[in-house]
Amino acid sequence: MSTKLNILVPVKRVIDFALKPRINKAGTGIEKTGVKFSINPFCDIAVEEAVRIKEAHKSLVNKIHVVSIGPTKAQDVLRQSLAKGADSSTHIDSGEQEVEPLNVAKILKQVAEKNESNLIILGKQSIDDDSNNTGQMLAGLLNWPQATNAAKVEIKDDEVYVTREIDGGEETVKSKLPLIITTDLRLNEPRFASLPNMMKAKKKPLEKLKLKDFDVDLSARLEVLKVEEPAAREAGIKVGSVDELVAKLKDLKAI
Amino acid sequence: MLRQIIKRGSSSVVLSSRIARAVPSRAALFHSSSTQYSASKTVKLTAESYPNVKRDERYATLEQSDIDYFKSILPENALIQDQDDLLFYNEDWMRKYRGQSKLTLKPKTTEQVSQILKYANERNLAVVPQGGNTGLVGGSVPVFDEIVLSLANMNKIRSLDTTSGIFKADSGVVLEVADQHLAENGYIFPLDLGAKGSCHIGGTVATNAGGLRLLRYGSLHGSVLGLEVVLANGKIVSSIDALRKDNTGYDLKQLFIGSEGTLGVITGLSILCPPRPKNFNVAFLGVESYEAVMKTFVKAKSELGEILSAFEFMDESCQELAKKHLKTAYPLEEQHPFYILIETSGSNGEHDLEKLEAFLESAFENEVIQDGVIAQDETQLKGLWNWREQIPEACQINGGVYKYDVSLPLSDLYGLVDAARERLTQAGLLGDTEDFPVIDAVGYGHVGDGNLHLNVAVRRYEKSVEKALEPFVYEWVSSKKGSISAEHGLGFQKKNYIGYTKSQPEIEMMKQLKQLYDPNAILNPYKYI
Repeated sequence: MSTKLNILVPVKRVIDFALKPRINKAGTGIEKTGVKFSINPFCDIAVEEAVRIKEAHKSLVNKIHVVSIGPTKAQDVLRQSLAKGADSSTHIDSGEQEVEPLNVAKILKQVAEKNESNLIILGKQSIDDDSNNTGQMLAGLLNWPQATNAAKVEIKDDEVYVTREIDGGEETVKSKLPLIITTDLRLNEPRFASLPNMMKAKKKPLEKLKLKDFDVDLSARLEVLKVEEPAAREAGIKVGSVDELVAKLKDLKAI
Repeated sequence: MLRQIIKRGSSSVVLSSRIARAVPSRAALFHSSSTQYSASKTVKLTAESYPNVKRDERYATLEQSDIDYFKSILPENALIQDQDDLLFYNEDWMRKYRGQSKLTLKPKTTEQVSQILKYANERNLAVVPQGGNTGLVGGSVPVFDEIVLSLANMNKIRSLDTTSGIFKADSGVVLEVADQHLAENGYIFPLDLGAKGSCHIGGTVATNAGGLRLLRYGSLHGSVLGLEVVLANGKIVSSIDALRKDNTGYDLKQLFIGSEGTLGVITGLSILCPPRPKNFNVAFLGVESYEAVMKTFVKAKSELGEILSAFEFMDESCQELAKKHLKTAYPLEEQHPFYILIETSGSNGEHDLEKLEAFLESAFENEVIQDGVIAQDETQLKGLWNWREQIPEACQINGGVYKYDVSLPLSDLYGLVDAARERLTQAGLLGDTEDFPVIDAVGYGHVGDGNLHLNVAVRRYEKSVEKALEPFVYEWVSSKKGSISAEHGLGFQKKNYIGYTKSQPEIEMMKQLKQLYDPNAILNPYKYI
């Protein structure tokens, strides 16, 4: 590959995926106070993949830049990403404001242009709202090719090969730069950030911006009407014989 | 404008489980430490492995009339007589001991336990009380034809006072179930073990289990408030309604905590549970020597003080075994002679993390520790704990394991592992090929409590290995004024070695108690003292 890679990895801070989210009393969203937040698992995989590309092609990668839109605490996930091998970072402080996928994509477009990025790797979705929109919208806005749900990424000559898992098998797509890749779970297993690297990460650049630094209309296009628990499963019954079972199933029109 | 109703079914809850399922390596991190059998070979009968131990002819043998009586007081499915089904109750977790019981009883109520024991006492039928059967000294399985009294069906949670944290339950409640119930109400069970998915809370009390959080919450002798116990003659003695402060008379419940079912059968318990810490942080460190482990411990105590909830050390050899067993990516890149797992827990996660980071950075800068990681999320946190909790399984998976659980002065703690390894090597028993019975002697444990686990991982159980280790290990521990059983108890394995830790007058008094409360010695014979 003749052009050097400037990789951009957008990451998001979400409620820890191992925890069970609780709906707030008003039924308008998820309870966020006193809950542990961590990096979105798909974003963690995106960071890991960027670092692996850099480790495998040292001379090829100019830098890995990570960016996060979120409250001040989002800087924690940036520092972790820096400790894992990213070179620089930008935090865009959104306070408590929710930023919708389209607006996230618009902001990221400007970040990508400013950083002269030519490869953007991001999670296919964040586990808080499961939109699975941002990568695709960003590709549309930038008019770049996109390879979504990546399960394998290889760089050969001046092309990037991305393998995706589809129904009944695998599909491999290739593209020249610039390119957007969204990550699936099987792509890799993220590493631990080691203590020495955590300490070094504190010295790596962290640019602090605010939403108003971007020329984007942030008004909401989506309205959440209600958030509710899935209906509880009804208790089953015991039947005495196969005949009874068949009769019951017929009653329920299951057979 | 797009209107959308977001239902939780489509949101992160479901995704979480999707993630766990979708990534095999991560999913593997979640498998609980329940008992695991390598079904390859049958376990030798204890009676054959230890021909010197003879069946005591005082005990009656089981007759049809006995079965009929038990059938009259218990439902049909509470009696287990099928040979294959009985195997689960006859064999211990380590597959080292196998009894020949012909009958397992699974009562549901305290009254049923009482009726069983009253009858057994009159008939002179020996009985082995059994909880989750996760014991490590052969204490919960029969030696000969004793009746197994399984508490597995006594599994009801009785009450939780959400103001005081007093929790009452049947003894057969599984530790993890109890802890989950407490978690929902903001409390924590003051004890945690690798075997939490299988072991019963009654069993942990009967064996006075120590576990991973003793450093923070102290021993069960402090947190158990009351017990409901059935004595050998069937009499029910209960102090389960005791409150926190009660200074009247002898503290009888203490007799049963750690009595290993030799004085009575615990059927219910009341325990004081502390508030559940809201946040846990875990760090995993590599250090270059055992001295550095001790230095890190001293530093952790002074700098993490009130939030330190676990300080575990592991040597390189046991981590090598764990790597072969777990097959997932190791948290640290390079190898180190010793590893440390530190857990903090408190009410303010960010504050705790800040403290932990400051502690680690200063330990790193002062070259006390060589490398380390902090869990960035719950998944990594569980993953790091796994490298400690899966060691017992990793040690036994290749054939078997000799386990020694000793307490020693901190300065001598690791010396025992070196001494054992040297002795086994000199005896020509330890090596890399199939010719040698011993794979390795490894050490890990709770530094905070001065508790070392010496595990000798073997390809097969051989008398020569046992002869090389016993009484050598006990003599070594005794010479340092340690205890030959810090938390596993005596059971069958250590019955003859209590003298290395307890004095003659002490042992005499224990025997008097046994004679007084179980004159026919029907409870858990051939063990303890």
